[in-house]
Amino acid sequence: MKANSTTSVSVRGLALSYGAVQVLKALDLDIADGEFLVLLGPSGCGKSTLLNCIAGLLEPSHGQVFIKGKNVTWEEPKDRGIGMVFQSYALYPQMTVERNLSFGLRVSGLAKDEIEKRVKRVGDMLQLGDLLQRKPSALSGGQRQRVAIGRALVREVDVFLFDEPLSNLDAKLRAELRVEIKRLHQRLANTMIYVTHDQIEAMTLADRIAVMKGGTIQQLDAPQTIYNKPKNLYVAGFIGSPSMNFLKGKIEGAGAKAVFHLGGQKIPLKDYVPDAPLKAGAAVLGVRPEHIQLDMAATKANSDAYKAVVDLVEPMGSDSLVWLKIDDTLFSARVESNQHFDPGQKVDVRFRINLASVFDEATGDRL
Amino acid sequence: MSHTTAIGIVPTGPKPKKLISVERVIVYSVLLLCAVFFLFPLYIMVITSLKDIEAIRSGNIFIPTMTPTFSAWGKAWNSACTGLYCEGIKVGFWNSVRITFPSTIVSIAIASITGYSLANWPFKFSEAFFTVLLVSSFIPYVVMLYPLVLITRWLGIYSTLPAVVLVHTIFGLPILTLLFRNYFASLPQELFKAARVDGAGYWRIFFQVFVPMSAPIFTVAVILQITGIWNDFLFGVIYAGPTNYPMTVQLNNIVNSVQGGKEYNVDMAATILTGIVPLAIYFFSGKYFVRGIAAGAVKG
Amino acid sequence: MDRPNPLFRNLSSKIASLPMMLIVLGVFVGGTAWTVLFSFTNIRILPLFTPREWINGYVGLANYDRLFKTDRWMDCPGLTKIGTEAWQWKCAGALPNVVTYAVLSIILSISIGFLLAVFMDQKIRMEGVFRTIYLYPFALSFIVTGHVWAWILSPEYGLQAAVRQLGWTSFSFGWIADRQMVMYAIVIAGIWQGSGFVMALMLAGLRGIDEEIWKAAKIDGISTWRTYLQIVLPMMKPVMVTTFVIVASGAVRIYDLVVAITDGGPGISSDVPTRYIYQNFSANLGQSLAASTCMLVAMAFILIPWIRMEFGKKG
Repeated sequence: MKANSTTSVSVRGLALSYGAVQVLKALDLDIADGEFLVLLGPSGCGKSTLLNCIAGLLEPSHGQVFIKGKNVTWEEPKDRGIGMVFQSYALYPQMTVERNLSFGLRVSGLAKDEIEKRVKRVGDMLQLGDLLQRKPSALSGGQRQRVAIGRALVREVDVFLFDEPLSNLDAKLRAELRVEIKRLHQRLANTMIYVTHDQIEAMTLADRIAVMKGGTIQQLDAPQTIYNKPKNLYVAGFIGSPSMNFLKGKIEGAGAKAVFHLGGQKIPLKDYVPDAPLKAGAAVLGVRPEHIQLDMAATKANSDAYKAVVDLVEPMGSDSLVWLKIDDTLFSARVESNQHFDPGQKVDVRFRINLASVFDEATGDRL
Repeated sequence: MSHTTAIGIVPTGPKPKKLISVERVIVYSVLLLCAVFFLFPLYIMVITSLKDIEAIRSGNIFIPTMTPTFSAWGKAWNSACTGLYCEGIKVGFWNSVRITFPSTIVSIAIASITGYSLANWPFKFSEAFFTVLLVSSFIPYVVMLYPLVLITRWLGIYSTLPAVVLVHTIFGLPILTLLFRNYFASLPQELFKAARVDGAGYWRIFFQVFVPMSAPIFTVAVILQITGIWNDFLFGVIYAGPTNYPMTVQLNNIVNSVQGGKEYNVDMAATILTGIVPLAIYFFSGKYFVRGIAAGAVKG
Repeated sequence: MDRPNPLFRNLSSKIASLPMMLIVLGVFVGGTAWTVLFSFTNIRILPLFTPREWINGYVGLANYDRLFKTDRWMDCPGLTKIGTEAWQWKCAGALPNVVTYAVLSIILSISIGFLLAVFMDQKIRMEGVFRTIYLYPFALSFIVTGHVWAWILSPEYGLQAAVRQLGWTSFSFGWIADRQMVMYAIVIAGIWQGSGFVMALMLAGLRGIDEEIWKAAKIDGISTWRTYLQIVLPMMKPVMVTTFVIVASGAVRIYDLVVAITDGGPGISSDVPTRYIYQNFSANLGQSLAASTCMLVAMAFILIPWIRMEFGKKG
C-alpha cells in the first residue's frame, strides 16, 4: 500500500445475506487511490458478491460503500464512477466492437466527437484498431476480453472492477492478458479491484491481496507478506503451489527457548520471528517445500538436521518434489532437479525456521 | 452530492423502496389481466355445464347459476346424441383410450431404438437417414393424407382401429426419434464405450445401460404422444371409421347434432370431459409437460 | 482370418432401424413424392401407381390452374367497386383465409408471448401459478378450444347477449357470424390456445441470456426497457426464429379449430386449405393433391429462416 495515499474505495460494515445464508459478514475494506487490489478465494467465498456490491449490482443488507469519498450505497451503478469487466466478456453480441465500446456513451448522450475520440484512444491503447468493425463472434477469446476491458476504459472512470476476467481463457492467453492488464495499470494508475481464484494472477498483479473465506477477509496484505507470513492456516494452505507442509506437533518451552516437538525429534524455534509470544501447547509448523533443505547422506550429526525417509519423488522439470516421512508425518521438499533421491533413502532434513510459520493448532492463527 | 441525502439520512444498507412502485403495479396488473383472459373460457365451460337448459336460455353467460346441477355431465357422458346413436361421449372416451395406448407404446418403442442406433451405432447411411428424418418431421401431414388412405386400404385396415393406430405411430416417429437421438447423444459416450469394452452388445447396452438412465426422456415422450394423440381430430375422422371415432370427433358430433334442440350445458360438459385427460397430465407432470411440448415443437 | 463383411457390421443396429427406414422411405418420402407427382395428372379416386399411367394421365399444371380459379380456394379481385361510389377490398377463399390467420397469429402470439415473458421475468411472486394459467390452454385440443370459444362468441347466448343484457343494447360482437370478421374470431381462439406456449419458449430464451450482459448494461447505464429492446431482443434471434417456425407451421395446418368454431362458415367464408383438401378427396382429387403440394411449398418457405440460421452459421 502506497504511503499517504488517499482512499479511493472503501467499504464499511458491508453485509449481505439471503435468508439465513450470510454471504458477506460485516466487511471493512479501504482501497487506496491507484491501488491494485485482488480479492482472492475459492468459489463461494463471497469475493464476487463483494465486487458486485461495490459496483451496485447487488444490494447489501447492511453497511455502506464509498467511492472517491462519496457515499454511493444507494447510487445506480452508472453513477458510481466505475467500469467493470466480466468473466464471460458480456459483450453485446449483435453490435460491432465500435458499437460495444460506444453504446453506453451514446445512451448517456455524450457528444459524438467526444465519443469518437475516446473510442479511438482506447482502440489504440488496446490495439483494437483493426477489429472495430467486427462483431464479437468474429473475435478470439483474448480479443473479446480486450474489447470488454476497452468498454470499461471508454467510461474514463476512476475505478475498474474485474470479475474473474481471465477465467474463460486458455493458459497461454491468460498469461498474455495478465501482463497486459498489469501494464495497463502501470500506465493508467487507476484503482483496480480484481476478483480471481487464481493465486498466480493474484500474486503477479496485486499491490495488496485480500484472501477471503466464508464472507470474511482472512488477510489483507502485500503478496509477499501473504506468502511469507500467512496469518492463519487457511491462508497458508490456500497460497502457494505446491502447498505448504503442515507438521502437527507441540511446542515446549516459551519465548526464545521454545522447541517444536515433531514425533521424537525436536526443532528449536530460536530463529522464528513470532507474531505473538510462543507458548507451550499443540501447534502446527508450516514450512513451504522450498524452505526445506535435504542432505543426501545422513552421516553428520547436525544439531539442526532431522532424519527422514524418502517416500516418493515427483520430477517437475525445473525442480523435483521429494515426499518425505518423519515417523508418520508426510511432507514435501523442493529440490533442484539435478539432485537424485530414491524411495527408501534416508536423508537429513533442515527446516529454514526463519521462513516458516507456526500456528496455534486450536485457533489456526499464526503465532 | 455529500455523504448524506437531502433530508439528512446517511445511505446505508439496502436502498429504501416505495411500498408500491408504479412499475410493479403495471407488471402485476398486466399479468393478472392476462390470467383472467386465459382462465375466462375455463370458467365459462364450468359454469355453463352446471346450469340447466332453462338457466342458459334466460340467464347470462357470465353468471353462474344458483342451483348447480351435474345432470348435464351425466347426459354428456351417457346419453348425448352423436348423430346416429345416443350413447354419450363415453364411447369416444374408450375409443380414444384404445387408440392412444397402442400408438404411444409402439411409436416410443420404435423411436427409442432407432434414436439409439443413430446416436451410438452409426452405419453407412445413418447421417443421410437422419437428415431425411429431420426434413420428414416438417412435412405437413396433409401431404400424406391420401397416400395413407391408399396404404391402409392396400393393407385392408382402412376405417378400422389398426389404421388410426398405424397413422398415429407413423406421424409420431420422426420427432420422437430426433428426441431420443439427441438425448442418447448427450449421455456421456464413455458409458457406452465402457459397456462395449465389458462385452455388452447392442440390445444389452440399450436395455441395461441406456433405458434405466432415460426415465426423463421416456416421460417426455409419453406426455408428448398421449396429449398429441388424445387431442387429434383429423386422423380420427379419416382413418378410424365411425365405430372407432375418438373422443374429439364424438365431441364435435355431439355439439353439431341437431336432434332435439341445442343443449349448451351438455356440450360444455362434454367439452370439459374431452379436455380433462390432457389437462390432468398437464397439471401433474409440470415441468415434463413443458419439456415435452417444447421437444415436440423445437427441433434439433 | 477373413475380413468381416461390412454389410454385417453393426447388424443389430441396421435391423433395428429397418422399420423406421421403411416408414420414412415408404410414407414420408414415398407419400410426399406420390402426392406431388400425381398433382400433375388427371387422377380420379382410383389410384394409379405405375409410371405409364402417370405419363398417360399427365396434364401439366392443369390442376393448379383450376385450383387457383376456384373461388373456394382463392377469390381475390382486390379492390372491388360495390354500388356506385363505394369500394371494398375483397379477397376470400381458403388460401387468403389461412394467410390472414397465419400472419395475425404469428404477429400477435409472438408479441404477446414476448411481452408476457418479459413481465414474467421481473422477479414476480407466484411465477409458477401464472405460468400454469398461461400454458394450460396449450394442453387442450383445438376441438375443445374451438367449442368453448364458439359458445363464448355465439351472438345468441354469448358475450354479445350477455353485454346487451347488462344494458348496452347496441353492443355488437357477432364476429363468428360475420363473413368479414369470422377469421379474426378464429384468431382470438388460436391466440388463447398458443400464446402461453410462446411465452414459455421466450421465457426460456430470456433466462438463457448471460446474467453478465445485464450487469454490463447496468454499468453502462442502459435502462431496462432499452436493454430488452436493443440488447436482449436481438440476442433472442434463435428463439424468435424457432418460435416463428413453430407458430407459422402450426398456423398453415389450421383445421380442427375452424371445424369446431364455424366448420368453415358462414357459408365457406372461413374455409382453410386443410379442410378444402380433405373435402375434395372424392370429388376433385387432382385439385386436392395440387393444394397439398402448395402447402408443402408454403412449409418450405416457412423453413427458410430456420435453415439459414441452422446451416448458415457454419459459413
